[in-house]
Amino acid sequence: MSTIRNLSPLTATLLVLGLIVLLAPLFFPSAYYFRIGTLVFINGLAVIGLVILIGYAGQVSLGHAGFSGIGAYACAIGPAHFGLPPVLCILIGAALSASLAWLAGRPILRLKGHYLAVATLGFGILISMVLNNEAQWTGGPDGMTVEALGLKAALKAMGLKLKTSVVWYWFSGLVLLIGAWLALNLYDSPSGRALRSLHDSEVAASVVGVDVARYKLTAFVVSAVYASLAGSLLALFNKFVTPDIAGFLHSIELVTMAVLGGAGSVLGGILGAALLTALPQALTLFHEYEHLLLGLIMMLVMIFLRQGLLPGLQAALTATRRRRPA
Amino acid sequence: MSELLQFAFSGLTVGAVYALVALGFTIIYNASDVVNFAQGEFVMLGGMSTVFLYGAGLPLWLAAFAAIVIVVFAGLLLNKLAIEPARNASVVALIIITIGASIFLRGTAQIVFDKQLHRFPAFSGDQPIAVLGATILPQSLWVLAGAAAIFGGLYLFFTRSLVGKAVLATANNRVAAKLVGINTNFVMALSFALSAATGAAAGILVTPITLTSYDIGVTLALKGFAAAMLGGMGNPFGALIGGLLIGLIEAMTAGYISSDYKDAAAFVVILAVLFAMPQGLFGRKSVERV
Repeated sequence: MSTIRNLSPLTATLLVLGLIVLLAPLFFPSAYYFRIGTLVFINGLAVIGLVILIGYAGQVSLGHAGFSGIGAYACAIGPAHFGLPPVLCILIGAALSASLAWLAGRPILRLKGHYLAVATLGFGILISMVLNNEAQWTGGPDGMTVEALGLKAALKAMGLKLKTSVVWYWFSGLVLLIGAWLALNLYDSPSGRALRSLHDSEVAASVVGVDVARYKLTAFVVSAVYASLAGSLLALFNKFVTPDIAGFLHSIELVTMAVLGGAGSVLGGILGAALLTALPQALTLFHEYEHLLLGLIMMLVMIFLRQGLLPGLQAALTATRRRRPA
Repeated sequence: MSELLQFAFSGLTVGAVYALVALGFTIIYNASDVVNFAQGEFVMLGGMSTVFLYGAGLPLWLAAFAAIVIVVFAGLLLNKLAIEPARNASVVALIIITIGASIFLRGTAQIVFDKQLHRFPAFSGDQPIAVLGATILPQSLWVLAGAAAIFGGLYLFFTRSLVGKAVLATANNRVAAKLVGINTNFVMALSFALSAATGAAAGILVTPITLTSYDIGVTLALKGFAAAMLGGMGNPFGALIGGLLIGLIEAMTAGYISSDYKDAAAFVVILAVLFAMPQGLFGRKSVERV
């Protein structure tokens, strides 16, 4: 037990995450669960970006699904209209998202609180509207099919025969681990400390010499890249994409995932992603009541576990442990 | 010219509804610093309740009145069960709570009512009135007059009555208001009730023109939020101007540029205004205390 405590938070978190990715398939009754696992990891990747933006830097965005939309449609349009390989399209999508975030971020991030919320919201809605309306490129509201990434074929060439969903499970798990590792590294780096100082007080941060505007913009661009990568992966995994991926509700879903688990921590964000991704699958039994229950859960968690699930549960655990005589 | 007038009429009608939604945002925001994303659901509930009560055989005026009572009750419950327990939560937490409430109300409406589009008859017929070569529906006049009456009534209430002044005092400084003996919890509840009633009235007025269904709330909330922001959050006059402006801009974009991008126009304008004036058109300059 003591050796585990001596590990740095970074190694400990990665270890926990790695073990979950590695051991979860032991409990999967069918291949369908590999699919859900993949969706959890992909959403988790987008949420890590929001953890950096909301949890580290304290800036709200209600429009990040827009960047997921860009990433997704880059992988849909690139191969279909220009014959580009999907891997290159992932990078193009990320580069596009990053430059757009960089351009729009400067004026948007001057705003605070609800003004920031409405500006990011409008920004996301504009992106989803373009995707909806430019039907000659995007197929409009009906969406378009996406060429496969070719992971399964590549493995088959090496002599490994696996189901597509299984291949994707390991691939997205690996990408999630890399994403989490980068975000955790950032947390304790000088840049990460500067970002977290913005969260508490921008005035105090600027007094001690933090370039507030630059760091906010950095967090915005980095989180946009995470969202874009997640969007690309989602499109390639589903082999189909509709403009809903860039919609307001998807943005809200991502923010809720980040805050539900605990916006300050990468692990909490991934927990939130897991819950909100798996929950609708579980609730298909109560199809009629799905929205009602989802809204109820969002309200209850935010009212009673204000720090989010993970920190809230941790606090509850330490409290009971303290009450017990040693 | 008559074309421009025609677009202006439809823009003002929709704009009046946005203005009422924005006013609902403003009332709650001033009393509690909460942006209530469930505001659009009040409009939906107002319209849907009237449809079903009217369908059950009630006369239209009674159905409308009962619908307002139902929505006010929903607003009071929302305040009591979701907002009061979350006092002092962060902005993001409150946004998620009210969006959760909005999803919850939509889910409930989908079960209690249904997923169809509905309308009830216009208050005074559907015969368009010709004005300078353009036409306007009698119901549009009802919407405009109703919005004007609600804005006027609330203005008098806030500036002339003791209770209204207590709400303004709470909006100004909650602690100071408490110190002079104002029951701030009552003020919060009252603001939710007024805001819900405003939303419900908007829903009842506009349903004969735009129809209603369980899922109209999100778009209305977004547009109303944008209108409130455009005018400057917390300023009722700003809400009025912001709402009408967004309605007009949408109608002009749909008429002259592209109806596909009519929803985009509102958000482009808001982004532009916020970039130039980060506090909205009529918002107060805020100074951050260290």
